[in-house]
Amino acid sequence: MENLLNLIPDDTDRTDGILKVTGGATYSAEYKIEGLTYGVLVQSTIAKGKITVLETKKAEGAPGVIKVLSHLNLNNSVPRYAKDDNVTIDRNIQKVFYNDQVYFAGQPIALVIADTYERAVYAASLIKANYQEEKHHTYLEKNLENSISPEGKDYLRNEKDAYKNSEVYLEAEYHQLNNIHNPMELGSITANWESDEKLTVYDKTQGVFGSQKHYAGLYGMDSKNVRVIAPFVGGAFGMALHTWPYQDAAVIGAKITKLPLKLMLTRMQMFTMVGYRPETKQFIGIGASKDGVLNGITHNAWGVTSTYDNFTEGTVGGTQFMYKCPNVNTQYKLVKLDVSNPIWMRGPGEATGMFALECAMDELAFKLNMDPIAFRLKNYATVHPVNNLPWSSKFLDECYELGAKKIGWYNRNPKPKSMTEDGMLVGYGMASGVFNAGRGAATARVILDENGKLTIQSAITDIGPGTGVMMKSVAMDSFKMDAIQIIVELGDTNLPPAPTQGGSNTTSSVGSAVYDACTALKEKMVEVYNQSFGEQKVYDDFKFNKEGFNIKGKSFSYVDLLKKAGLKELEVTRESRSGTERQKYVFNSFSVHFTKVHVHPLTGMVKVKEVVCALDAGKIISEKQARSQMIGGVVGGIGMALTEEGVYDHRYGVYTNNNFADYHVPVHADIPPIDVLFVNKPDPYINPIGAKGLGEVSIIGLAPSIANAIFHATGKRVRDLPITLDKIAIWRD
Amino acid sequence: MSNQKHPENLEQDFTCSSRRGFLKATTALTAIALSPTLITKAAINHRDEKLAAFFEKIPLNIEVNGKSYKMETEPRETLLDFVRERLQLTGTKKGCDHGQCGACTVHVDGKRVNSCLTLAVMQEGKKITTIEGIGSGEKLHPMQASFLKHDGFQCGYCTPGQIMSAIACINEGHANSPSEIREFMSGNICRCGAYPNIVDAIVEVKNGGQKG
Ligand code: FES
Ligand code: FES
Repeated sequence: MENLLNLIPDDTDRTDGILKVTGGATYSAEYKIEGLTYGVLVQSTIAKGKITVLETKKAEGAPGVIKVLSHLNLNNSVPRYAKDDNVTIDRNIQKVFYNDQVYFAGQPIALVIADTYERAVYAASLIKANYQEEKHHTYLEKNLENSISPEGKDYLRNEKDAYKNSEVYLEAEYHQLNNIHNPMELGSITANWESDEKLTVYDKTQGVFGSQKHYAGLYGMDSKNVRVIAPFVGGAFGMALHTWPYQDAAVIGAKITKLPLKLMLTRMQMFTMVGYRPETKQFIGIGASKDGVLNGITHNAWGVTSTYDNFTEGTVGGTQFMYKCPNVNTQYKLVKLDVSNPIWMRGPGEATGMFALECAMDELAFKLNMDPIAFRLKNYATVHPVNNLPWSSKFLDECYELGAKKIGWYNRNPKPKSMTEDGMLVGYGMASGVFNAGRGAATARVILDENGKLTIQSAITDIGPGTGVMMKSVAMDSFKMDAIQIIVELGDTNLPPAPTQGGSNTTSSVGSAVYDACTALKEKMVEVYNQSFGEQKVYDDFKFNKEGFNIKGKSFSYVDLLKKAGLKELEVTRESRSGTERQKYVFNSFSVHFTKVHVHPLTGMVKVKEVVCALDAGKIISEKQARSQMIGGVVGGIGMALTEEGVYDHRYGVYTNNNFADYHVPVHADIPPIDVLFVNKPDPYINPIGAKGLGEVSIIGLAPSIANAIFHATGKRVRDLPITLDKIAIWRD
Repeated sequence: MSNQKHPENLEQDFTCSSRRGFLKATTALTAIALSPTLITKAAINHRDEKLAAFFEKIPLNIEVNGKSYKMETEPRETLLDFVRERLQLTGTKKGCDHGQCGACTVHVDGKRVNSCLTLAVMQEGKKITTIEGIGSGEKLHPMQASFLKHDGFQCGYCTPGQIMSAIACINEGHANSPSEIREFMSGNICRCGAYPNIVDAIVEVKNGGQKG
């Protein structure tokens, strides 16, 4: 055990792996800066009203306190805030300490800045607020009448509510409470004004450019004077897609005190300050002919949003095109409550919507006495029903096949409550998932140096999927190089522009940019070669290998080429983006999840015993990390299905379980072996590397597969997430 | 931050500086025994940095990763904040500060401990090992190498805690099967969901299969 190992990382290891296992990876609260100060936020204790008194004197006088910031003394020091009367800016981000209004319980109302963390915490405890309270609303169910339609019009294909005219149909309601992203790293920021005009921010963000633009905007600065650095992000799952008021508080606080400031949220604050997957109620009406041909689907959803933003997500979108069905209508409504703003959480609305649709599909298949896979295949769409375009690639049918075989689907007895094992009821369930396969504009730079090392740069962040290893893999493949020759740099606004990491977009966008940049570098080498040797060789004459290239039997190393040309390095920067293919095809990734559960016959306790995921995400670039990412989505899905719920005490509009002891995310003991199967066929149209992305489809469909498995085990349909044992209530039977 | 003084010197400061200072200090010091809130109030109202420093600076002898430190700590400073903020050993992570996630796991005299749940002042004379103390980029601990090989992490934030816990889990004799590992590693949350890979990594080290 105590022997240390000399280790050369494998080609398949993460580029930042050694730093992560040795504690050398620095997250946004871990930069050593001379004279660092500490910020601690004070939060509102009511859900709606006005701050009448904010007592900060004691805190200001406490040892080590440098400044207490609140709406009382922010004045007009932030030009962008002063510009208009809106309470939000940019993507509807709430202005911090903007006025005396309280919009939700847990809203930041003051920032204490002190010379040590302990002193800041203590001083923050001395701040007292009095309020003029107003009646608040946090209960979705009781406020449905006040809903709004954010998209203006509802979706209708042919006849409305046609499911009612079907030979066999069902109507069902689904519901789930808030899920909170809760990445392990707390929301953290270190803001350092090097001068009045120059800001460096070590940020927890999924997109450094989004943050840069936002901070620069606060003070009307040129973006180039704001540098945002985020090479390591300790998970995010959507919560860092845009900045939040806590980050403004830190940037503004540091500006006012002229001192570097670090602010780290508490776990409790993570529940109300950085978004969540919103509570949603859904209705599905679905009908088919007796032989299983879908006739109509109605899907309505009501999602929660804050009073100061209309947050929307694609909850009902999947239903419009998942199956071949002549009549479909969907409606999406928002209920504005006195709560903080939601934000997309892994698989966002699609995961919520697919829970309803895929449970309903299972239920209807049961009513029809059909196998759930056979029912889905009978209504398999080969042309996108909304756009009438073909898919660029769609191997969902292969996913059904692969997964079913692996888990032994056809060996199950389909009758509910018919199988037992070790004294437990056994259930098998399946469900499918779909998500947009996007591609954004991204730029990559590749630099070959005189030692034959290749550096790849892009500003993209890596919140966990292994973006660095993906970039490395694309370059290794292009140059036939070993991993050891490649250096990856990312997560910094000083690097070439990349989109925000999110929406299963990164590999498709940045991977393509790396690919194009590598190709361009090879072309440049041909040019340099011809110039250096006075020859007229063409690209196809060159066969690249790990040391260099081979031209008609003659070998040259990269090192020699640069030496001959008298160059220290060779560099290429390329932007890469989608083209007209987006008008000809629809691009989606697909997943199918199969789960096996045990349910205790007396208590209803559920244990997930096995998960198999089969996936069509185009070509898989780095298989080891892709598998990990899939597993991660499954673990998140198990939480969504069985344990995660943010519970309000509606009398006060506050969470009752805003900590890890009471909000249950899955732990080691909850997670069974997980099998991941890739179809692994490149998409011919999406981009030069054929990859479609898989971060979202890893979780979409997982929760319904568990709900369906629980039905199979117990004969109980639970349509309310999370499926806790009280809802199964098996003892009542 | 000018108050880096030892309490004894501080008392001297108080008594010698002036008669007023002497009186203030004496009243204050007598008051400690009687009413801590009163004294804090005094400190607040008079912005009495020196007095605050008296409460905040308790001498501490501690060994971290084989290195001895003679330092001062506030009695309210957690071991976690001590290693992260004072020693700049930021490999140990803060995920909850409430003993609910395991990100802050370190070894105290060889046993795994949630460093957010223990105060630095309680570690007098103890030997602490953090993630930085078990291996480095050139020479990895087998558990670190196994995590790398099995991709036992994604964002990496829970990873130091998982690794420290995993080493202790084997040493405690609680790694005899995957299900036992899962049970005894359940205090370490991984929101990225690297659990199956972490279990694989631990099994391999337990079986001595990790090769250099
Ligand atoms: S930070 Fe110590 S257990 Fe979470
Ligand atoms: S690796 Fe991200 S929380 Fe475990």
